[in-house]
Amino acid sequence: MSDTLLSVKNLVVEFPTRRGILTAVDNVSFDLERGEVLGLVGESGAGKSITGSAVIGLIEPPGRIAAGTVHLAGQRIDNLPSEKMRRIRGDKIGMVFQDPLSSLNPLYSVAEQLVETILTHKGISKKQARDRAIELLDEVGIPAADLRIDDYPHQFSGGMRQRVVIALALCADPELIIADEPTTALDVSVQSQIVSVLKKMCSEHGASVILITHDIGVIAEVADRVAVLYSGRMAEIGPVRDVIKHPQHPYTKGLMGSIPTITQEGDRLTQIPGSMPRLTDRPPGCAFAPRCEMAMSACHHSHPSEENVGTARVACHLITKMGAVA
Amino acid sequence: MPMNKETGKKMSLIVRILDSDIWYSFTRSKVTMIAALITFLIFASALFAPIISPHNPFDLASLSLMDSLLPPAWSAEGDPNYLLGTDDQGRDVLSTILYGSRISLTVGLVSVAFAAVLGITLGLIAGYMGGRVDAIIMRIADVQLSFPAILIALLIAGTVNALAGGMDRERSAFTVLVISIGLSFWVQYARTVRSSTLVERNKEYVQAARLIGLHPFLIMLRHVLPNVMGPVLVIATINLALAVITEATLSFLGVGIPGTQPSLGTMIRTGNDFLFSGEWWITLFPGAMLAILVLAVNLLGDWLRDALNPKLR
Amino acid sequence: MKDVLVNVENLTRIFDVSKPWLNRVIEREEKKTLRAVNDVSLEIRRGETFALVGESGSGKSTIAKMIVGLLGLSQGKIDFDGIDLSQPDGAEMRALRQRYQMIFQDPFASLNPRWRVNKIIAEPLRQFDMESSESDRNRRVEELLELVGMSAKDGVKFPHEFSGGQRQRIAIARALSSNPEFIVCDEPTSALDVSVQAQILNLMRDLQDELGLTYLFISHDLSVVRHMANRIGVLYLGRLVEVADGKELFRNPRHPYTKMLLNAIPDLDMTGRKVAPPDGEIPNPINPPSGCTFHPRCPIATEQCKREIPPIRNSDAGSVVCFEAVCA
Repeated sequence: MSDTLLSVKNLVVEFPTRRGILTAVDNVSFDLERGEVLGLVGESGAGKSITGSAVIGLIEPPGRIAAGTVHLAGQRIDNLPSEKMRRIRGDKIGMVFQDPLSSLNPLYSVAEQLVETILTHKGISKKQARDRAIELLDEVGIPAADLRIDDYPHQFSGGMRQRVVIALALCADPELIIADEPTTALDVSVQSQIVSVLKKMCSEHGASVILITHDIGVIAEVADRVAVLYSGRMAEIGPVRDVIKHPQHPYTKGLMGSIPTITQEGDRLTQIPGSMPRLTDRPPGCAFAPRCEMAMSACHHSHPSEENVGTARVACHLITKMGAVA
Repeated sequence: MPMNKETGKKMSLIVRILDSDIWYSFTRSKVTMIAALITFLIFASALFAPIISPHNPFDLASLSLMDSLLPPAWSAEGDPNYLLGTDDQGRDVLSTILYGSRISLTVGLVSVAFAAVLGITLGLIAGYMGGRVDAIIMRIADVQLSFPAILIALLIAGTVNALAGGMDRERSAFTVLVISIGLSFWVQYARTVRSSTLVERNKEYVQAARLIGLHPFLIMLRHVLPNVMGPVLVIATINLALAVITEATLSFLGVGIPGTQPSLGTMIRTGNDFLFSGEWWITLFPGAMLAILVLAVNLLGDWLRDALNPKLR
Repeated sequence: MKDVLVNVENLTRIFDVSKPWLNRVIEREEKKTLRAVNDVSLEIRRGETFALVGESGSGKSTIAKMIVGLLGLSQGKIDFDGIDLSQPDGAEMRALRQRYQMIFQDPFASLNPRWRVNKIIAEPLRQFDMESSESDRNRRVEELLELVGMSAKDGVKFPHEFSGGQRQRIAIARALSSNPEFIVCDEPTSALDVSVQAQILNLMRDLQDELGLTYLFISHDLSVVRHMANRIGVLYLGRLVEVADGKELFRNPRHPYTKMLLNAIPDLDMTGRKVAPPDGEIPNPINPPSGCTFHPRCPIATEQCKREIPPIRNSDAGSVVCFEAVCA
């Protein structure tokens, strides 16, 4: 438990808008162990991508981190000047985004991009850097890597491009990788390839990963722990198996029930009524209360605090109440 | 509180405007508000020129050559009756400017409307129909685009004036100007509308309308047109400034509005002859008016472009 | 016993993807074509949900658009309730159009942003002259809104005031307004969040039971398809490689591509099963592999698969297009 790489405490991210301040991330805390894969799931607008951006200092102004701290390997990084943060991102953090083309420069060959990145981070010769690049491409499963390395991004297929991006993210031997919807743009059969590459690379390189996705299937395949976000707040965080098989928060329960699976019996899916509130008119109490079948009066008035339940940490008045009774 | 349906609708429209992002960005930009105020003042004074101007420059009976070429009121030989002085025929420069901007703005607005209707129609048809129709319309547009607007306007104006040689030039001048400016501006609308139409045409709401067998003409009119109007509005605003300048240029070159009912351009041209003999006010004041009008309208256009572009918000 | 509503025979769609004429002449290139849909035959029975699954480039959306007449056919024939859709004109076509509808993928693009919701839903009513008076039309729109789980008051709002799920409900209301028998659903939930997806899928099933609708359901998501479909057709590069009854396809997949797709479904039951991810990626449809187009990725491909296109093999459980698959 002691080997914490990343520690996020009470993170609040705000965006000023003409209708007042919009709290996109509200008091989110989590730790990430070395070598661990943490999944961040939530529906669109739940604040998962903004959480990811906030951790690596990429919140676009006028948005800002209004409160909370982020520590990477013991060093506080949320208040660093942008130039310093840029260097930390280059040295310690790798990034994989949904659209591989946004991470690759179309004007340079894959070799040039990989070699340059390796050279800026390692004091080795150009020849060695090229060998290292080929090795990386080979590891992420690009066939005939020594030949294809001189190709340009547009000469690769979508899945192969995403592999190149993963190789690029690994160039500097980062300690942390942020993967934001890395498989969303890909076909089903290619998705599972990328998922397995991501999984393999992280365990072999010992990097910790924050995997941001709306696809619980991907989380189930790769993540060690999962954090479920709802309306910018943490609903539940815990080991992936426990959260998926035995969810505690009513939202997580509803979410798991609403996913059609290939083994499920019965005709109707569990459905959560309504939809997630807009961040501008979040209800006063628990954000999920208006959709929750088990909501009590407390749920409409006060925001629940996070409590430990078994292996998970859950923010729900029901849990708090039961804890008090027990 | 009892409220009939019609007022309810109007109220909700006002609420919607005051609540919209465009209104918000308007209230946030001082430059835009000033530009809007100036534009409004110029339009209003042009509209009410017969009421507010001190003299009627077109009333030949009231003109007196004795009063010709008087400098502005504040200089030594000035006459307080003529605030900005008089021209060679003894017309009050201020009044002539007010009447002149009336003519300039009318030519500008009508020719922009003409260009917009022509361009939007052709652009919609080209974008929606595609294929050969598209190719023909857009090649014509390309050819048109390779000639400078002023050249086209000169060509048309010259041809019409030569053909209609015997006709009353004062009456034909307005039409000729509108057609020649309109014809040289339609391409921009057509291109913009065509490219937005190409995007909208493939959207699913258009497919849903095709699915029920709605006539292509109705799809263009009801579905595509309202959704491609945003950029058109921006172009129209900026084009208004351009059209006013083109009108001034043509009038300056002598193919526009004749001197008897001068537009701003005509005034600048007449005044130009007197510039070297020291009567600067005849050309400077209309010139300044033109510059202020064009600047204000252009600023409005720039703001509108930014306000309607979601990427810049 | 089989009551076929839509019968599709040898459907083919070829797109011209060549460069413009001038470029072709200068660069001495041939015309390029893309067979998006290649010789597909299928039948959709009255009251069932027939699903087409496939990945990008499989031609599933192209088939959907051809069936509802948004795209022309290159070859083949579509019968709707015994009427060849290429034949009728004028009034007869108008009557036919009233009987089928479509629900689109992107609820943010499928509703005209400048129209109020009640105008959007009333458009088919107007087009088909279905309600004589303005007040009848309004009443029908209100009914439809309530039918899809919205409030009648929502009609005066604009689409941007609604969430994705609510917009999809509005799109469903529009599709239902002309009382169609057959609805083509082109990835109706792939743009939605899972909890909302469940609402929409449940709603679609309820409406099917209530109104006796027939669905053609297009999706890339096998789990969703399993939940919705009575029969399933699997497409790969424009060809229908397997058709089977819903549950049977999952219990006993026969085509190697179907097996690959099933293997790629994430393990949400946390059984800890380890499966090797599928090999390769979908080839470029402009230049597809010879013979069976799946052979470069197929674990059981033989020399014959590289040369010849496999025939359709029918059995009680469905049909499969493969030389090697075991047809039990």
